[in-house]
Amino acid sequence: MKEKGWKECLWGGLIVDAGNSVLYKTGDWRSQRPIRDEQKCTDCLQCWIMCPDAAIKVKDGKIVGIDYDYCKGCGICCKVCPFDAIEMKEEGEK
Amino acid sequence: MSEKKKMRATIPEEEYMFPGTVDCQGCGAAYAMRLALKALGPKTMVVIPACCWSIIAGPFPTSALKMPIYHTAFETAAAVASGVKAGLSIREKEATVLAWAGDGGTFDIGVQSLSAAAERNEDFIYVCYDNEAYMNTGIQRSSATPWGAWTTTTPRKHPKDRPKKNMMEIMAAHRIPYAASATVGHPEDFVRKLKKAREIRGTRFFHVLATCPTGWRSPPELMLEVPRLAVETCVFPLYEIDNGVYSISKKPKEKLPVTEYLKVQGRFRHLTDQQIQYIQEHVDETWELLLKKEKLGRLF
Repeated sequence: MKEKGWKECLWGGLIVDAGNSVLYKTGDWRSQRPIRDEQKCTDCLQCWIMCPDAAIKVKDGKIVGIDYDYCKGCGICCKVCPFDAIEMKEEGEK
Repeated sequence: MSEKKKMRATIPEEEYMFPGTVDCQGCGAAYAMRLALKALGPKTMVVIPACCWSIIAGPFPTSALKMPIYHTAFETAAAVASGVKAGLSIREKEATVLAWAGDGGTFDIGVQSLSAAAERNEDFIYVCYDNEAYMNTGIQRSSATPWGAWTTTTPRKHPKDRPKKNMMEIMAAHRIPYAASATVGHPEDFVRKLKKAREIRGTRFFHVLATCPTGWRSPPELMLEVPRLAVETCVFPLYEIDNGVYSISKKPKEKLPVTEYLKVQGRFRHLTDQQIQYIQEHVDETWELLLKKEKLGRLF
């Protein structure tokens, strides 16, 4: 993310673009990576409800994947999944 | 199974909190905000005093919420929220004002402005997400820290020797129209209470137990289990006070011993059996008192 100089900043430190935190990728904090098994997944959306980082991508009521740009690897989705469709793997492990 | 059974939760689908927030792994406070904004909808303005959320919302120049955020000084959350609401009503605009403070900004530093605003019955929702210490500055003791807990200012040799302040009772004593306790482990209950509070006018207070894996020394994947255990052991009862009527939202079928709650957190690791016994007695006492209050009906 490019940092702004003082001439580009607004008066009073205002931030006008709401939601520009998406520019800040928190995915590289992760030490464990959640892997979703599409065969076992029943789209119950429990992981989507419980994810504190809104990193589960949902389209039309179906889970389409995990957003690894922002997932911090806390492991909550793995814990709440009633069908054991998500498992945590060490980052870098195949 | 040809057609998959559809499970639909009562959590609204729209997302008002963007990813890229700088909270710790498994942060209960960030999750609480995500739920709160889903419940309150787009017409919300957020006032945040100094707390974990001042940084979670994004270091300058980023902002994680779709709503306007007003970052303010530690002790002024309720005062600023009153001002924002007054400004909105002068301009004849409808919006929910949400003051979002931590336990330091509510129990200790912000209590005078909150008390004054509650006495004037200002029209806003005040949510205290309680992580039971000053987590943002490095886990210092606050008046929300429970008895016997470790923090960096109450080390294991001298753990905290005073009980947690009962903020719900303090707020109920102001005779505000609505006060409720909630936890991040019960998202549907929290969303239901917020939706109910949105329709009420006047000061509405929420006490939300938000897990802090960093400060509680609990594993981040247990973010939801720890507050659930707090409710099951009656350490943190879920109840609401609606116009003076107490009602307990969740009564555990079988009350678990407090050790179940204490043993998952490293901050209670040093406690002896005698100390745990003391905590159990205190918890039982408060729970009995709450059950009695529920039976009494309308109290104010």
